[in-house]
Amino acid sequence: MDAFKKRKIINNFVLVLSTLAALLGLIWLFWILGTLLYKGLGSLSLEVILGDPPAPGDNHGGLKHAIVGQTLIVLTAAVIGIPLGILAGTYLSEYGKSSRIANIVRDLSDIMMSIPSIVVGTFIYALMVKPLGHFSGLAGSLSLAIMMIPIIVRTTDDMLRMVPPELREAAYALGATKFRVIKDVVYRAAITGIITGVILSVARIGGETAPLLFTSFNNNFFTLNMLQPMASLTVTMYDYAMSPYKYWQELAWAAAILLTFGVLGTNILGRIVAHYKFKK
Amino acid sequence: MELNTKERFIIEPAEPPKIVVENLNFYYGNKHALKNISFKVPEKRITALIGPSGCGKTTLLRCFNRMHDLYPGNRYEGRILLDGENILEKDYDLIKLRSRVGMVFQKPTAFPMSIFDNVAYGLRLKGIKNKSELEDRVEKALKDAALWDEVKDRLKDPASGLSGGQQQRLCIARAIAVEPEVLLFDEPTSALDPISTAKIEELVVSFRDKLTIIIVTHNMQQAARVSDYTAFMYLGELIEFNRTEDIFITPKVKLTEDYITGRFG
Repeated sequence: MDAFKKRKIINNFVLVLSTLAALLGLIWLFWILGTLLYKGLGSLSLEVILGDPPAPGDNHGGLKHAIVGQTLIVLTAAVIGIPLGILAGTYLSEYGKSSRIANIVRDLSDIMMSIPSIVVGTFIYALMVKPLGHFSGLAGSLSLAIMMIPIIVRTTDDMLRMVPPELREAAYALGATKFRVIKDVVYRAAITGIITGVILSVARIGGETAPLLFTSFNNNFFTLNMLQPMASLTVTMYDYAMSPYKYWQELAWAAAILLTFGVLGTNILGRIVAHYKFKK
Repeated sequence: MELNTKERFIIEPAEPPKIVVENLNFYYGNKHALKNISFKVPEKRITALIGPSGCGKTTLLRCFNRMHDLYPGNRYEGRILLDGENILEKDYDLIKLRSRVGMVFQKPTAFPMSIFDNVAYGLRLKGIKNKSELEDRVEKALKDAALWDEVKDRLKDPASGLSGGQQQRLCIARAIAVEPEVLLFDEPTSALDPISTAKIEELVVSFRDKLTIIIVTHNMQQAARVSDYTAFMYLGELIEFNRTEDIFITPKVKLTEDYITGRFG
């Protein structure tokens, strides 16, 4: 067998092997999504979305509290996390540059991104829940914001640093101040990248359970007060899935499907925004 | 080949000087990039800076609007007088300086905004808000930059849709819109095709008698075509400064002649 033929055989062998590996990875994803759709779609109904939580053993009720709570907690986390993250990323790229302190902040952000989420939850528990004496939606938002910030900081930093220095110089050369250069030129050039980072960070925290268990906990009563314990889809799902009642378990499936497709949708939105950037 | 780098020939231009450079030294950290440069840039004439790569011509150009101040560790010594005022003073107002001394870069640097907003950017920085005044001045700048006919129907479109040559003329329009007294060009055609290059050169020549222009180019034919005076630099020093026709036909310094005739560089 000549060397050329041998190379072709090796090539095909590796191709088959890596395709199989890719399929093996994807099978689980589709298995999960498939099971979710199979079990969850059946339990989805208007009542599930709009109803109050069911009493034990009752076959009526829904996830209204959890849906509203989840939305409030994530939105508040975003309101806290997005400005802080973008401003810190701006500091790193435009002011700190490659100074010692900027590099330390970058390293810390990278470490913070991989902190187990339950640690963040217990941290806020010790910092806010324990001193105040009760769980609250705000505490949940804070722990989610802590998880969002490093993601936004790093994507903002990366996106701003991709803006060519000539563009900044051109604005300075027209007599712009540093603030105007950043606001008018640098942000505009990087805006789609920053938005993508923000959306992906929201998707990332949207499905977290552990940080909420210790902070916003759960609430059987409807509330819009962020200082009260608050229901969320993730914690509700955890509670209901563990319960002995069949209807509760069905609600847990419904919560799972709502959450998964919410996060999936947010992710896809992020991809669309990112794609728009490169098409432009 | 031995190069004699001691010889110098620097003339005093006939026109009144707009910029006077006196014993200018410039350091990137510890690197001594410009050495004892002294010459006078004539008003409303075109001065070309030529020399081999790394000779300091772009470094010198960026001293005139203090672009080096954007990066830490850079240091000037000596004086650069703009209409008699030393612009290298520590507390000199850089925003004012940069609205008097404009710059066009090597690569087109259209901002991520519409064609109109690009040209209006410098005007808005100056505090001009009146819509009709903005429109008038944008139109005039685009006409002066020979771009008006090509973009007048799509002023609201993003500038990124223009070709490289059009973007470069847009940058020129943006720079002249604020009516600077001096315009710096840093190899403005090195990223462009020959037709776009010819258009830019035509523009540069059309600004003669209106603006003081300093243009860095590594293309000697370009320097010969557009400029009135030429400065030849080598290893951070100004070797010869002379009328363009003289420097290209009868260079006074052997080093200049060697460079112009292509013996090195």
